[in-house]
Amino acid sequence: MLGYLVKRLLRSVITLFIIVVIVFVMLRQMPVEGYFNDYDNMTPEAVQNALQNMGLLDPIPTQLTRFIKDFVRGDLGVSYRYRVNYPIAKIVADKAPLSLTFGGIAMLIGLPLGFGLGILMARSKGKWIAGIGTAYIVIMQSVPLAVIYLVIQLVFTSLFRIPLLYSSSNPRTWILPIATLALPTIATYGLWLRRYMVDEQNRDYIKLAKAKGVPSKFIWYRHVFRNAVVPLVQLIPASILATLSGSIYVESLYSIPGMGGLLVDVIKRQDNTMVQALVILFAAVSILGLLLGDLLMVLVDPRISLTAKTRTR
Amino acid sequence: MKSIRDRRTEKLANNVSEYTEQALETIRKMQETAQTPEELKDIDELSEEQMQMLSPEAFSRVAFDKAQAEKGGYSDYSYWGSTLRMFFRQKFPVFLLCLLVLIVAFTSVQPYIPGQRDANRINDNEITGVPDSNVPPSGKYWLGTNAIGQDLWSRIWFGARTSLYIGFVVAFADAVIGIVMGLLWGYVRKLDFLFTELYNVLSNVPQTIILILISYIMRPGMNTMIVAMAATGWLALARFIRNQVVIIRDRDYNLASRCLGTPTRRIILKNLLPHMVSVIMLRMALSIPMAIGNEVFLTYVGLGLPITIPSLGNLINEGRKIVTVPSLHFQLIAPAAVLSIVTISFYLIGNAFSDAADPRNHV
Repeated sequence: MLGYLVKRLLRSVITLFIIVVIVFVMLRQMPVEGYFNDYDNMTPEAVQNALQNMGLLDPIPTQLTRFIKDFVRGDLGVSYRYRVNYPIAKIVADKAPLSLTFGGIAMLIGLPLGFGLGILMARSKGKWIAGIGTAYIVIMQSVPLAVIYLVIQLVFTSLFRIPLLYSSSNPRTWILPIATLALPTIATYGLWLRRYMVDEQNRDYIKLAKAKGVPSKFIWYRHVFRNAVVPLVQLIPASILATLSGSIYVESLYSIPGMGGLLVDVIKRQDNTMVQALVILFAAVSILGLLLGDLLMVLVDPRISLTAKTRTR
Repeated sequence: MKSIRDRRTEKLANNVSEYTEQALETIRKMQETAQTPEELKDIDELSEEQMQMLSPEAFSRVAFDKAQAEKGGYSDYSYWGSTLRMFFRQKFPVFLLCLLVLIVAFTSVQPYIPGQRDANRINDNEITGVPDSNVPPSGKYWLGTNAIGQDLWSRIWFGARTSLYIGFVVAFADAVIGIVMGLLWGYVRKLDFLFTELYNVLSNVPQTIILILISYIMRPGMNTMIVAMAATGWLALARFIRNQVVIIRDRDYNLASRCLGTPTRRIILKNLLPHMVSVIMLRMALSIPMAIGNEVFLTYVGLGLPITIPSLGNLINEGRKIVTVPSLHFQLIAPAAVLSIVTISFYLIGNAFSDAADPRNHV
């Protein structure tokens, strides 16, 4: 287990390193306007001086090692356009909790509902309930989320006379963002749980259990559900951590001052250092999520033993 | 008294003699009917003396015919025939397919129909000379106009054309890159490590981040968008093909094929790829709605096409601005409806087709 842990961790670090290098080198190719607030009013000498002071004229390997050293210490650099000379880590620290709260509550609602939908669909195979569930999943999977979210915002705010935008003092404005965030979670988990349950249900041991008269409730929850849920457990840490990066759509639609909207703002203002920091941060979060998912999988399913596999070989 | 066993033996013996008699009877009948060689259909029915009597002129040597030889190996089962038959049995997907064909056909002929307005023209009112802005749907403007007086009907069809074009190009690119990469990955053992690492890095990062990064660095436009989407779109297909190749490559029939000197190209095309047709088709069908969704996403983030090239993403994005004004909601509803119909159709057709293309469902 420890050996696997170390190996898996090392792999994640290497992946992250490659991504940092690629992103860093690519963003150095961007026009230098992205580092100044009032580029148009500056003389070329002033631009050169400022770039020199920021260390942006150093060779790229030097810049890269400096960036990585800072990154490890939790320093993401400073923003030059979004908020002039303000540390990015502080901006993120201000905004991430809000995204995490919204996403976390949405997950808390979405996960049980998704599991419920999956079980319901697997048990009522071929009936109208399963048909409705399938229709819902197809719509969530195929129609771009931007459209779904926009239509929901449009219809429900006018239907229930809820204010259009988020305000921290009015809890009524929190309902719609959380509900919309939960919708795709429900669809994803419902879809996969149903599929895994239907697969599991056709296994020989389930047929045997039926034949020897095990009560159907017991079969469904102790055997089918428990085995079907194992592959889904792998997704959960990544889903929870992904809420940290916020939902770009929901946050900008309801103008929630979180992380997702931040990325859009920063791209529109062409703040190079912010884009770089956020992209790397989001990538790191996703890598960490997948890592935790793999580890959780080992804990949950006793059949998966990653070290034993190598030993038998 | 006879034992049960004896009785059974007796019965068996009776049966056997009965059958023998029947058989002899049939043979006798056959011989009676087959008097002359001309009436015979099968050479096996001839007795030895009759064979002696046949004249040698009636026979000729059969030359080796490759087509005939190959024929023995195949049944009259046709893969694509069965696939299509299975597909057309499903009513709803076929209906959606017809709908899609109509939409695609209409978007391509729409600009040539007389009386259509240019999608980018600002329409002035004939009487006042002021642009007809925010006109609700009417006889003149079927779907109304937007804030600066452009005809939404034309814009929606122009937009659908742009989005479908992006979708088709991306789907094609994904399939080509995915198949080539997957085959290299699976077949060339030296490249396995490289590809596995590449896959690990690319699949660890959210696709949206890669999309944003590439679009941010390159100049915004149609090609940038296509490159950004194709950069990650091939991953899933390549991985699937790689796994299949590794599984199937060393099966006995492929070993036999290799021993018989079949070139690798033919093994790949004839022995490996047919296994994967259903998944390749599914991936292609699903990458179209995905590409359309990504286009909406990139436009939404501000990295999309300029307003002068209407796309469904642009129209949805413009619709965002009028969300506060209930009387203008028609500007969002129409593009959203077209977008939903197109994406749902591709998704469902893809799934139905992939079910039909799976040979296990052909029985």
